[in-house]
Amino acid sequence: MNHQRRTVLKGVGSAAAVGVAVAAGLLKPTVAFAGDRTAFEAKGKDAVMNALKAGGAAESKDITVKAPDIAENGAVVPVEVTSNVAGTDSIAIIAEKNAFPMVGEFHLSNGAQGFIATRIKLANTSQVRAVVKAGGKVYTAAKEVKVTIGGCGG
Amino acid sequence: MSMSRREFLQVLAAASAAGMMLDSKQVLAGNAPSNFYDIPAYGNVSLMHITDTHAQLKPIYFREPNVNVGVGGAVGKVPHIVGDKFLKHFNISPNSIDAHAFTYLNFNEASKLYGKVGGFAHLKTLVDKVRAARPGSLLMDSGDTWQGSGTALWTKGQDMVDACIELGVNVMAPHWEFTQGAERVMEIVNGDFKKHGIDFIAQNVITNDFGDQVFKPYVMKSINGVQVAIIGQAFPYTPIANPRHFVPDWSFGIRDDGMQKWVDEARAKGARIVVVLSHNGMDVDIKMASRVTGVDVIFGGHTHDGVPQPVPVKNAKGVTLVTNAGSNGKFLGVMDFDVKGGKIKGWKYRLVPVFSNLLAADKKMEALISRVRKPYEAKLNEKLAITEGMLYRRGNFNGSWDQLIMDAMMKVKGADAAFSPGFRWGTSLLSGDTITMEHLLDQTATTYSFSTLTEMDGETIKVIMEDVCDNLFNADPYYQQGGDMVRVGGITYALNPYEKMGKRISDLRLHGKPLAAGKKYKVAGWAPVAEGATGTPIWDVVAEYLRAVKTVAPPKLNNPRLIGVKQNDPGIADYIASV
Repeated sequence: MNHQRRTVLKGVGSAAAVGVAVAAGLLKPTVAFAGDRTAFEAKGKDAVMNALKAGGAAESKDITVKAPDIAENGAVVPVEVTSNVAGTDSIAIIAEKNAFPMVGEFHLSNGAQGFIATRIKLANTSQVRAVVKAGGKVYTAAKEVKVTIGGCGG
Repeated sequence: MSMSRREFLQVLAAASAAGMMLDSKQVLAGNAPSNFYDIPAYGNVSLMHITDTHAQLKPIYFREPNVNVGVGGAVGKVPHIVGDKFLKHFNISPNSIDAHAFTYLNFNEASKLYGKVGGFAHLKTLVDKVRAARPGSLLMDSGDTWQGSGTALWTKGQDMVDACIELGVNVMAPHWEFTQGAERVMEIVNGDFKKHGIDFIAQNVITNDFGDQVFKPYVMKSINGVQVAIIGQAFPYTPIANPRHFVPDWSFGIRDDGMQKWVDEARAKGARIVVVLSHNGMDVDIKMASRVTGVDVIFGGHTHDGVPQPVPVKNAKGVTLVTNAGSNGKFLGVMDFDVKGGKIKGWKYRLVPVFSNLLAADKKMEALISRVRKPYEAKLNEKLAITEGMLYRRGNFNGSWDQLIMDAMMKVKGADAAFSPGFRWGTSLLSGDTITMEHLLDQTATTYSFSTLTEMDGETIKVIMEDVCDNLFNADPYYQQGGDMVRVGGITYALNPYEKMGKRISDLRLHGKPLAAGKKYKVAGWAPVAEGATGTPIWDVVAEYLRAVKTVAPPKLNNPRLIGVKQNDPGIADYIASV
């Protein structure tokens, strides 16, 4: 069965999954792709937070950022964010130590569950931060992911 | 050295007459040798455990470390205790046979007296003896079994697969196995292992694409009517510490949420005992035991800590015992549980040293080992040089074997400096021993042991050292990879284990002159993790050097000057900094 799934999706990759979500009306990528680019061009975590109007975001235990403690490959680090904040409207991901820390912002609608999974690029060991907007308020949580040269283990 | 028991007793008598401070009186009275392996059975469920044998089929010497410094919450705690303080902590008599087995103390002389340790033919005799008194018991292997010798490399681990089948291994968890490549691992798991009913388990290896389990996460076994779940944990940082390209489609990591899920599932299915067969390393196991609930015992490896008694770790719902069973076939862990009414009423654990002279070789295993070695004997037995001093590897910062490898690399390659990986495997040699090609391969045999010569500027050298140092001394065990510090040849330095990354390494000097950040230096190394790396195998480089020098003087260890480590830290003894 796994083999079949792989064959079906071969060459299509994650674009297909995103496409399905967009078609179902759960994700509205318009803002991220065509809207305000300030956050994407901002350098440094604080500048990004300000551009997202999340400067005063409160640390929240209702947000879980799941990512490896040490990245197996800094170029494709799997990150999952779960927001149990009621009425989550959007989830943004920030890789604090990247030259351009803003990774993306996902807008949820029609009561979609506050959950996203994606892969991001990390240049260095960094906090990976999620910023959640819900009902006009902003919340945040982060997880450190180490990027190492490797070798010498064992 | 091969000796009959009679000869062994004669040597002991001679040693005693020479006034050696060992428990020779007891030995001569016949107590130690004849009673040493009388391990009274207890309870009704028994698990035996080996780990990190690193493909050592024949008896060897293995020196335990005199430097194993703990950081964060682990300072001065098991396993970060060495030498005299180790003996005191575990209440082991100084100069006893156990003191020799568990510590580096008096290693050269005591080894000459007590002889070699391990060897699968001797281990087999012990396993059979323990099993005979414990019907239904299982033998578990925490991995690092298919790598570490010339024959394991040349047979792609087949010699070890055959030996483990013969030994009677029931369950296994992996690490270095993966450096044989994903395809070869699957060939063994679905071939010989399946055929012989050996379970290869790892809950923390999943596919990159869908996150599917690659191996069985756990197995349920019925031991004398008691359901026992064994959950596998592979080394979490395999694709980082070893080359990624061997396992390109799999993702690892600690995944303690997954571990909790499988523990809960196994309990729900009726497991009365839940154990984890782990290759996390002891510090990671101790942290995991504090976070995951419902595990009775973690049988650990990777960090090669010979720990006589388990460490009890409290968590939200109870206590988990954490063990670590040493390396190189030197020990057999024996855990006996007394289970009544579905509950563990008591347990007894012993980490039994395998002294080859006290255990007759199992004939069938001996024949198997001779058979697998036969095509390679001439190559293995090539005499390369004589060592005047003791050669060993284990220790946080350097070992005489590593220093010898680096001296050879710098000389043969004309390098200013050398890096040698902080591997914890590699057997020991005594003063006056002949270094054969087999011994050299014991230190170097991997599937990616290419030697390299790279121009690096001073800044790069520091960045590499800081990076490796953080993998060893990060205060959070979940960021530790379990090897030792990269061995450094030619360049002297200072090291503070308690600093943050980027600030641990200082005072880097070459021939007494500070390293310049922008200046290029020629650095020799081996075992690169990058895909497509090439180079002369490191054993050929070192062999060339050994054949030329013929006699190796005791290597002068390049040991960093330590900053911040307290004089009385139980994790360090007899340490001499080179600057």
